[in-house]
Amino acid sequence: MTAQSETLLAVDGVSLSFGGVKAITDVSFDIRKGEIRAIIGPNGAGKTSMLNVVNGFYHPQHGRITYKGKTRPRMRPYQAASQGIARTFQNVALFRGMTTLDNIMVGRTLKMHRGLFWQMLRYGPAMREEIENRRVVEDIIDFLQIESIRKTPVGKLPYGLQKRVELGRALAMEPELLLLDEPMAGMNIEEKEDMCRYILDLNKYFGTTIALIEHDMGVVMDLSDRVVVLEYGHKIADGTPEVVKADPKVIEAYLGVGH
Amino acid sequence: MLYNIFIDPFVQMAQMPDLLVQTLWEGLVSGVLYALIALGFVLIFKASGVFNFAQGIMVVFSALTLVGFYEKFSAAGFSGHTAAFVALVLTAGVMFVLAMLVERVVLRPLVNQPDIILFMATFGITYVLIGFGEMVFGGDPKQMIASELFLPSGSVDVEMLGGMVSFQKIDIAAAVIASVMIAGLALFFQKTRIGRALRAVADSHKAALSVGISLNQIWVVVWFAAGLVALVTGIMWGARSDVSFALEIVALKALPVLVLGGLTSVPGAIVGGLIIGIGEKLGEFYWGPLLGGGIESWFAYAIALLFLLYRPQGLFGDKIIERI
Amino acid sequence: MFYRETGQFKQSYAADQAVFPILQDRLGLAAILVVAFVIVPLFGNEFLLASVMVPFLILSLGAIGLNILVGYTGLLSLGSAAFMGVGAYAAYKLSTIFPGVNILVWILCSGFFAAGIGVLFGLPSLRIKGFYLAVATLAAQFFLQWCFVRISWLYNDNPSGAIEVPARTLFGLAITGPSATPVTRYLVVLVIVVGMTLLASNIVHGRIGRTWMAVRDMDIAAQLMGIRLLPAKLLAFAVSSFYCGVSGALMVFLWLGAAEPSAFDIKLSFLLLFMVIIGGLGSMIGSFFGAALIHILPIVIRGLPEALGLPIAAATVEHLTYLIVGALIIFFLIVEPHGLARLWQIAKQKLRVWPFPY
Repeated sequence: MTAQSETLLAVDGVSLSFGGVKAITDVSFDIRKGEIRAIIGPNGAGKTSMLNVVNGFYHPQHGRITYKGKTRPRMRPYQAASQGIARTFQNVALFRGMTTLDNIMVGRTLKMHRGLFWQMLRYGPAMREEIENRRVVEDIIDFLQIESIRKTPVGKLPYGLQKRVELGRALAMEPELLLLDEPMAGMNIEEKEDMCRYILDLNKYFGTTIALIEHDMGVVMDLSDRVVVLEYGHKIADGTPEVVKADPKVIEAYLGVGH
Repeated sequence: MLYNIFIDPFVQMAQMPDLLVQTLWEGLVSGVLYALIALGFVLIFKASGVFNFAQGIMVVFSALTLVGFYEKFSAAGFSGHTAAFVALVLTAGVMFVLAMLVERVVLRPLVNQPDIILFMATFGITYVLIGFGEMVFGGDPKQMIASELFLPSGSVDVEMLGGMVSFQKIDIAAAVIASVMIAGLALFFQKTRIGRALRAVADSHKAALSVGISLNQIWVVVWFAAGLVALVTGIMWGARSDVSFALEIVALKALPVLVLGGLTSVPGAIVGGLIIGIGEKLGEFYWGPLLGGGIESWFAYAIALLFLLYRPQGLFGDKIIERI
Repeated sequence: MFYRETGQFKQSYAADQAVFPILQDRLGLAAILVVAFVIVPLFGNEFLLASVMVPFLILSLGAIGLNILVGYTGLLSLGSAAFMGVGAYAAYKLSTIFPGVNILVWILCSGFFAAGIGVLFGLPSLRIKGFYLAVATLAAQFFLQWCFVRISWLYNDNPSGAIEVPARTLFGLAITGPSATPVTRYLVVLVIVVGMTLLASNIVHGRIGRTWMAVRDMDIAAQLMGIRLLPAKLLAFAVSSFYCGVSGALMVFLWLGAAEPSAFDIKLSFLLLFMVIIGGLGSMIGSFFGAALIHILPIVIRGLPEALGLPIAAATVEHLTYLIVGALIIFFLIVEPHGLARLWQIAKQKLRVWPFPY
């Protein structure tokens, strides 16, 4: 994607602490429309906390978040979701008691509006709405090639498939900004390649902006347009993969001093 | 109306301090007993994550067993202190067998099941114990063998604050015994090998298993410990009133104590017990008449509910940090 | 051989999103309804109708209500009996204040009162979770029960402290009060229970049901999918209490005929919870299984010694019932912690491949 498109999300001077522990200290960065943005850093650098701030699960003590031109001191989960920020999780956070289909259907919650009355009758508008959304969900199921596990409870699926269902659930929200927290953790090479393909396809054909956290440097360098590097809650580098790769501070953070 | 709620009770308290002291003391004593029951809950919850609904019935059951043994002995011609203490030891033995049975029949097959299933299973234990207990001992209230166990009776009347305040000796004994037992349990947990294993199990079952701690053994130990706590509680309650299945309702009173203190905290159970005991008696005595009386049945829950709204994990419970 | 979905191809998403997508299930349901509506009233004797079927259906309705809260939304509640009580007292007050309106209207309306009170006591559920919440709902149980005893307006200052059901008719037929026959009462209860079960089943299969289950399984993720926890939980409390309330009103009006506050004590709450857990959390049919087991089992145990001619005292039978019910609870939990509904599913799965399971 072009580097010159408009900014979708900007995080400005965000600090977050739990009690006395500082998780994030004065971090600023932006995500441009249509790009794939990677957030990397050693364990405990505050990457996941950063995503949690962006979609409103954690509330930072300082700083501002500007999303789609609107500046707020903090997001709320519902706001974030209804404004088109979707998310997958580091440790798969699927609804374990439900089937793949139902999990992805939950992603359509915000697109469905019929109230209790019609839901109770399961007829007329409610049923039409149900079927329209089922159609969308089926498209996602096709895209992710998980047709065969449509009616399987997700608790029984292997890890790689669970990650895929989780991506599907996020896609069902038709997000403008998709946050992926270690989408490839614990996968084998083939599963990783599949996942990379989905991410690239999403970005290319649907124009979804993607922010991802990933430890596999090969994946990060290949996929992302720009990379931000965190360490101990501070931002230590920001730029294209080539720039970041050559940054001495980044090398130090990953390989230790005395390099 | 507002005057009646917010000012008048305090005026009464100030005008008759002797009554206030009496009420506080009664609250303190029932608080100690609530704390004892809650302690039994906490022991089991910490070590096995089981919310043991049967704790209340274990109190009744142990007290009934004790009295039942003693009655058998006196029917056979033995009575007095020795027989009472033999009965006590035998009852402890019964509680041990019960702990073994619970572990073998209920806990072991249900290991790794969700909390709510285990919770339900303790309901099952409650029903079995009620059915069994009533079949063996009958449904009639019984007299606790207090004097045979060297428990004092009568009261100490102290003149203070312009009135007479009366302290039941048995209540004083209850408070002392409860303190000793709590101290003993604390020592046991801190200083012995089993105590250490128990704390490890409380933190993580899997990790404890991986270093070679036998979960089954630990469970028997905690259920037995909870059984002993139940026995002591049963004796104390029984000495203040009769021993009957009506005591079961007292176990429900321990629940607000438990959540107030935090499900996993021994000090929480004690402090929570005292707060609930005193709060309940004060509420009933000074505010109860305004509402038509009988508020003791729900007042403790209201206290616990309001408190939980402020601090959802209870007084001493572990702080909940949600992470994803 | 007979229970098989082979060859039943779904041609539309509508067919696949149906509550019962398999033909045999629909036939089975139809058969059950025929038995319930035609055979049972025709051939059932008074004991079966009045002491077995009517209570069973009413308790099932209560269990469905509790299941919506505990099984579908994951909120543990020990106050369901109190909400049943709210329904009963509301129906009683409404029917004595406005005697001209049909009693069935008031029975259904009483659910709204229960729902309102349920929402009120559901408010803490946003902050309080798990067993802490269960204890918080006990506050509702004891407080409401205290209200039933202390507020004499609720029972029209009746000196006995109980509520007594006035005789009321529907299309000229007595449906409440002493002159109502068991068959009429059974049919009225059946219609209401079947109708409300259908509605509940529709709710849990649609968007709202999915929202609840999402909250149950992983509330954080649900939040980040745009589900607002408080409205979702309060709706669950409202619907659940509505069902409990109607069930409580039915219990007094069409089963017991009169009730004291102790009818709605904590034991009933526990019984409902047993039904839900033993029947199967998050399962409509499980609620019926659970109610059947918990209600009918003691009847059988009590009847058994007499049937076998064993001379056992009534008190002993009562104690034995406790003992056996307790043991069976443990037994069922060990055999199938997911409840009878799961056993039912497994049985269907077996049936699907029978008689050639390879």
